[in-house]
Amino acid sequence: MSNFLFGRYLPGSSWVHQMSPQSKLMLSFYFVVVIFFANNIWTYAALSGLILLVVLMSGVSIGYFLKGIRPLIWLIVFTVLLQILFSSGGHVYWHFGPFSISDTSLINGGFMFIRCLLIIMISTVLTLTTTPLAIADGVQTVLRPLKKVHFPVDTLALMLSIALRFVPTLMDEMETILNAQRSRGVDFGSGSLRHRISAAVPLLVPLFTGAINHAENLSTAMEARGFTDSEHRSKYRVYRWQRKDTISWAVFLLIGILVLFIRKS
Amino acid sequence: MKDIIQIKNISFNYPDQERLFTNFSMNIHEGEWTAIIGQNGSGKSTLARLIDGLIVLKSGQIVVDGLTVNDENIFDIRNKIGMVFQNPEDQFVGATVEDDVAFGLENRQIPREKMQQIVENSLKQVGMWDFRDRIPANLSGGQKQRVAIAGIIALSPKIIILDEATSMLDPRGRQEILKLVDKIKHDNDLTVISITHDIDEAAGADQVIVVNKGKVVEADQPDKIFGDINKLTSIGLSAPFTSELLSALRKRGVDSPSQYLNDQRLITWIKQLISSK
Repeated sequence: MSNFLFGRYLPGSSWVHQMSPQSKLMLSFYFVVVIFFANNIWTYAALSGLILLVVLMSGVSIGYFLKGIRPLIWLIVFTVLLQILFSSGGHVYWHFGPFSISDTSLINGGFMFIRCLLIIMISTVLTLTTTPLAIADGVQTVLRPLKKVHFPVDTLALMLSIALRFVPTLMDEMETILNAQRSRGVDFGSGSLRHRISAAVPLLVPLFTGAINHAENLSTAMEARGFTDSEHRSKYRVYRWQRKDTISWAVFLLIGILVLFIRKS
Repeated sequence: MKDIIQIKNISFNYPDQERLFTNFSMNIHEGEWTAIIGQNGSGKSTLARLIDGLIVLKSGQIVVDGLTVNDENIFDIRNKIGMVFQNPEDQFVGATVEDDVAFGLENRQIPREKMQQIVENSLKQVGMWDFRDRIPANLSGGQKQRVAIAGIIALSPKIIILDEATSMLDPRGRQEILKLVDKIKHDNDLTVISITHDIDEAAGADQVIVVNKGKVVEADQPDKIFGDINKLTSIGLSAPFTSELLSALRKRGVDSPSQYLNDQRLITWIKQLISSK
């Protein structure tokens, strides 16, 4: 239970693992934007090739990616079906009321499928090769420009890292409370929806009380250790931009430009 | 001997609660291990928080190493004091062991290169360097308290306050932490204040202060305090096992010493008793 959320990260020392989190975050975002420019077989082929390269460079076996896709499969199927049934044009094979299937809609459905797959793949690479803590730090670096408009970037990053740190603690506590209530005969698994919701109340109340207690004690400890505010602090953990980041960006930018050239205008 | 902490005539109560301290005074000697014992609700932990300026004093004065505890001095005072709290979980701020030790250094804006050196050094002193990548969920209570101590060493304070720091540990973890603090105290010439329920922990101190109902009942060496079982039980504290044993023997007519003996000395005394018969 206590490995929840940290379990997705796979330790390693591959090219992708060694890249700085801020550049991985930005690259993933950039890649998703580029995906929406793709509109024909060649552009999708180029992007699929790129993602395969990334997967290879991450040193993570393809099985993990399939696991990442499984929970989202129904969402993908639903999106693809909508695309097939509602897009118009081309040679119509079948229609019923507002629904129709044509050759264009089948192709669009196929593209939609690849698009979903690509987005899931890139985000899975990010979470498999980057610790949640590093992602929090990456977010902080990426958001840094917002400091100019007095957005509390440092406070947000500290909050995020403390929240991540307490996830396993609260999970353990929930387990304890769950067992305590079970041993008193509370049944969480069955009964009507109303019954199950009312069974959750004696679970949530002690969990919240516990969380507030933790927060109070933690803030005392933080003060005792000289914490004043999150602005005036130095940083122990620094992720520097590396050559690997520059090279990866160069490759991604080139593919991006290529997509703009070969897309159907 | 110099008094590193002077508490002069303080009065304090939490909002809407009974007065905890009325004209309370107490001194802590520099370089000594002082144990503060007392029942639940006797104000021991409040005292620690008042010394560190974590709660605001209403009247009276506390002086820490020549500085009066007030808003102006508060950060200088917190630089001099390192506190280890009761719950190991609730003082672990960093996401990993390393990050947690660095937390206090980050607050003081120590440059990164220096920070890495200090973190390594501090973690090695408490024997947790090999665990530097671990997340708190994968550490035992005793290991977390070690990390908390490393976080304190990193800031090189003059005073360590253990606020029931061992009460949530098993007997072995407790012994290890106390041994560790003792070693660090000697290596760095520190003053230690341990607020505790554990009579055996208090028995190892240089000075014991018994607090009850916001008053100092007694302040003396542990030998003298723990010899008198009746006094301890009258304020709701249990006596150390060795004193209980000696008192039981006395009741059965064995001529036993009335002063406190630790385990080692008790064993020697029993051996002498047997060989003399």
